[in-house]
Amino acid sequence: METIAKSIWKRLPLSSNYAVAYAARDSDVDEIAAYPITPQTTVVEKLSEFIANGELLAEMVHVESEHSAMSASIGASAAGARAFTATSSQGLELMHELLHIASGMRLPIVMSVAARALSAPLSIWGDYSDVMNTRDTSWITIIASSAQEVYDSIVQAYRIAESVMLPVMVAYDGFMMSHTYEPVFVSEKAGLFRDYIPRKGRVVLDTKKPVTMGAVANPDWYYETKYQQVKAMSDAYGLSVEADQTFSKLYGRGYGLVEEYNVDNSELVILTYGGIFGTVKQAVDEMREQGIPVGAARVRLFRPFPLNELRSLLLKSKAVAVLDRSFSNGLPVSGPLAVELKSMMNSYNINVPVYSYIVGLGQRTVTEADISKIASQALSSKVSNESIYWGVRE
Amino acid sequence: MSGKPFFRTIFDVPHEEYFSPGHGLCAGCTAGTIAKLLLKVAGPNTIVVNATGCVEVSTTTYPYTSWNVPWLHVAFENTAAAASGVESAIIALKKKGIMDPSTKVNVIALAGDGGTYDIGLQALSGMLERGHRVMYVLYDNEAYMNTGIQRSGSTPEFAWTTTTPVGSQWKGKMQQKKPIAEIVSAHGTPYVATSNPNNFTDMMNKFKKGLETEGPSFVHVLQPCTTGWKFDPRYGIEISRLATETAMWINWENDHGEFRVTVTVPRRRHVRNYLRMQGRFSHLTEQEVNEIQDSVNKKVENINRLVGKTVIGPLVE
Repeated sequence: METIAKSIWKRLPLSSNYAVAYAARDSDVDEIAAYPITPQTTVVEKLSEFIANGELLAEMVHVESEHSAMSASIGASAAGARAFTATSSQGLELMHELLHIASGMRLPIVMSVAARALSAPLSIWGDYSDVMNTRDTSWITIIASSAQEVYDSIVQAYRIAESVMLPVMVAYDGFMMSHTYEPVFVSEKAGLFRDYIPRKGRVVLDTKKPVTMGAVANPDWYYETKYQQVKAMSDAYGLSVEADQTFSKLYGRGYGLVEEYNVDNSELVILTYGGIFGTVKQAVDEMREQGIPVGAARVRLFRPFPLNELRSLLLKSKAVAVLDRSFSNGLPVSGPLAVELKSMMNSYNINVPVYSYIVGLGQRTVTEADISKIASQALSSKVSNESIYWGVRE
Repeated sequence: MSGKPFFRTIFDVPHEEYFSPGHGLCAGCTAGTIAKLLLKVAGPNTIVVNATGCVEVSTTTYPYTSWNVPWLHVAFENTAAAASGVESAIIALKKKGIMDPSTKVNVIALAGDGGTYDIGLQALSGMLERGHRVMYVLYDNEAYMNTGIQRSGSTPEFAWTTTTPVGSQWKGKMQQKKPIAEIVSAHGTPYVATSNPNNFTDMMNKFKKGLETEGPSFVHVLQPCTTGWKFDPRYGIEISRLATETAMWINWENDHGEFRVTVTVPRRRHVRNYLRMQGRFSHLTEQEVNEIQDSVNKKVENINRLVGKTVIGPLVE
C-alpha cells in the first residue's frame, strides 16, 4: 500500500463530494449534466473548476432541473459518451421517472448521491430516504462509508456499468460525509484507470449504423425486455465482486460487498450502511472493552443485494440489530434493509432474530452511546417485533 | 441567410427516403408527411430525438422501426434535454478524438404540442438558453391526440376536445392558444419559423435553414389531425392550405432578428372556410365564428404593421 501510494497517488484532504469530483475527473468522463441541490452542490462546483482549468476535457450541461439532468445524461450516454451526474433528495425524486428509463435502456450512466432526507417537512440534512426510494429502479447501488471509498467506488462503478450495461449510483451520507474532510488518495496523473475502465464499443446513436433506441414494446416484448434487466442485475453481482477485487489487486484498496467488524464470537451484530458505520465501529470497540460481545457489519452493495456475503454473516450471527436511516411507512418492520434482510432470510430458511431500528432520520444525531443502548436492548431480547423509532419524542 | 430558396418545386425534393412506410399513423395523418420531408432535408447524417407522442408510438413498435437514421426516445417532457445531451456528447467525443472531428451530425428534436407547449416547455427553454445546436421541430395538432384528443395549451379557442366538451355550460376550449413560436423567439433563438405541410417547399426550406443555424433553431409546423379535428382523411393538406389562406395560420420566420412572412396571402378568405371543414368546430355559432374572424383580423393587422407592408391581404370572401 505504501509503495503504491508513493508512486501513483497524491494524498489530499477531501470531502466525499470532492472525492466524487476527483473520481469523475480520473474516470475521464465526457459529459456532465447536473443541477444544484444541497448537499450535492460542491461535486459539480469542483467538476466545473476542473473543466474551467483544463484539467478535465468534458462538456458540462447546466440543465434547468434534475429531470433534465438525467434526460441529458441518457441522451449523452446513448450518443456514446461516458456520462456522469450527481444529485440529492428532491433532485433524485424529480429524476425518478428517468431512473427507470436509464436502466431500461441499459445505459452505463454513473451518478453520485449525497443522501438526504425528503420533504415534507423540508430538511436539507442527511438520511437515506432518497436512495431507498430508488430500490425498484434497476440501478446498481453502492453505499460508501468513507471519502476514499467514495472515490474508489465511482471508478469501480464505471467498470461495472460498462460491463453489464446498467447504470450505477454511488451514495454516501449528505453532510456527514459530503461536507467533512478526510485524507484521500487520488490519482497523481491522468490515465491511471485507463486500462481498468477501458473505452469499449457498444451500441450507440451512430449515423453509420442507425439504430432505434427507446422503442415501444407491446405485451409481446415488454416482459422479455424487463427480464433481460433482471438477468443483468444478477450478472452485476459477480461483476461487482470482480471490479472490487481487480481494483484491490491493481491499486491496493478493496472493500468487499459487505464489510464485517469484530463479528466473530459476538452475540449481536449491528448491521447498517453508510457513514454511520464509523460510529458503530467506535461503539463496538467501547463495548468490547467492557466485555460486551458485539460485532458490526455494513452493506456496501445494496443492489444487487449481496446474498452470499449476508448469508455468511448470518451464519456467524446469533442476533442482528439493523440500523436504517430511512423507513417504508405502513409496514410493521419498516427499515428498508431490515425488510430486505428478513425477506432474504425467509427465502434461505435462516432463523436469526432481526431487530429493526430507525435512526438518524433528517440527520438526528446518533452517538456511540445510542448504539450501545440499542445493543443492550437488543441483547436483552426484550425487543418489539416491529421497528423501533429510536429516540423519537412521541 | 436570405436569397433564393433552396427548394422551389417538387422536383427539388430529394428522392432518398429515410422515413419508411408501414408505420401505424392514422390514414391521412399529416405528421408522417412532415417527418418524411424533414428527413429528406436532413439526410443520413442525422440523429432524431423524439418525444413521446403520436409519431413516436406509431413508428417504433418493437421490433419494427420507420427510422433509417439513429433515433432516440426517452420520455414525454424532456426531448429538448435529451437532445442537449446528444449534442453535448458529440462535441465532447469530437474534442477528445473519440469521434472524427470532421463529422457533421444534425441533431433534431421532434415533439408534438403537448410535449412542447405544456410538459416540455421547461426543458425546451433550458435548451434554448444554453444555446445547443439542435433543431427543434414542433408538429402541432393542437391537442393531446395520442392519448385521445385532450385539450392542450395549443388547442385554439372554442375547439371541442374530449376534455373541453360542448355542453350547456362549456362551448369547447375557453382560452386562447399559447403563442409558442413568439415565446421561443423571446429567448433570442437565432432561427424561429412557422410553416405547414401544404406549403411543403416553404417548410423544407425552413428545415434547411434551421439545420444550418449555429445554435438552436425552432420550426413550428401546423399538423392537421384527421382523428382529432374530425375531418375526412383526404382533407389534411387542404385544411393546411385553408389555414394559410384564412390567416388562421401565418408562415413566417425570424432569421437572426430579421422577421419576414414567407407565404404571402394577397386575398384572404373568411375563417369559416377553415372552420367548417372540421368537426371540432361544428358547434360554433355565427357570433363565435365572427369572434374568431375578428381576432384573426387583429393578428393580420399586427403582422402587416410589423413587416411594414401588406403581406396578408384584405378579407375577400
